[in-house]
Amino acid sequence: MRYITPLKAAKGLGAAGPASATHRHWSLTVSSVALAILTPAFILVVGSAIGLPRAGVLTYFAQPYPAIVTALFLIVGMLHFINGTRIMIDDYLDHTERKVAIILSQLFAWAVIAAAVYALARMALSPVV
Amino acid sequence: MGDIPRGNRPLSPHLSVYRLPLSAITSIMTRITGQSMLAGILLIVWWLLAAVTGPDAFAAADWVLRSWLGMLVLVMSLWSLWYHFLAGIRHLFYDARLLLEITEARQASKVILVGSVVLTLLTLILFVLA
Repeated sequence: MRYITPLKAAKGLGAAGPASATHRHWSLTVSSVALAILTPAFILVVGSAIGLPRAGVLTYFAQPYPAIVTALFLIVGMLHFINGTRIMIDDYLDHTERKVAIILSQLFAWAVIAAAVYALARMALSPVV
Repeated sequence: MGDIPRGNRPLSPHLSVYRLPLSAITSIMTRITGQSMLAGILLIVWWLLAAVTGPDAFAAADWVLRSWLGMLVLVMSLWSLWYHFLAGIRHLFYDARLLLEITEARQASKVILVGSVVLTLLTLILFVLA
């Protein structure tokens, strides 16, 4: 038996509980703060690497700071993309088009994350020939 | 409806000729830049993946990245990223119930438009000089 009142249970959950647009808005807020910190770092890290020869790129991203900043920015960024794109899809599309767009945007984001993490892990963990 | 005298008043709301206020333009641009920066993100992820794939794959990605078209995509994505960065910070202010007055919203819009171009130019100058 739960002793809290229905009002206490509902407070702070927004219109439809934690799995709602309220939660999406909060996720976007948290990830936007993370990305506000990561964006200048990511631009400086990648900007310094563009133009390097292949051997230079491989050793550059094998270092902890460039690898962690790039991985964090791309992972948090693509998760932020999923939430932000979902808001746009909800605004502009309906029915089957909406479903397809939601699914494709998530598959796309995770494919980008997988590709980036694989490349960075290969550079950081095993020497590439 | 037909019987009511309507005079020569303009019909509302005339959405096709409605000029969006500056804060509405900078708001919709937040969405557009959020999507348009993906072009540059994809180029960079392809370039990272090509580096671990092999010399030929890297040569191809590096050539595209440093071609004039690749550089144009990177610079436009860089601007999109800085714009989205500033517009996102404005959303944090909005959530704190700040910058919501019309004059403040107009000022913030100008800061985002000018600031994103300035930050892009500063970034480019930094890497061209380095």
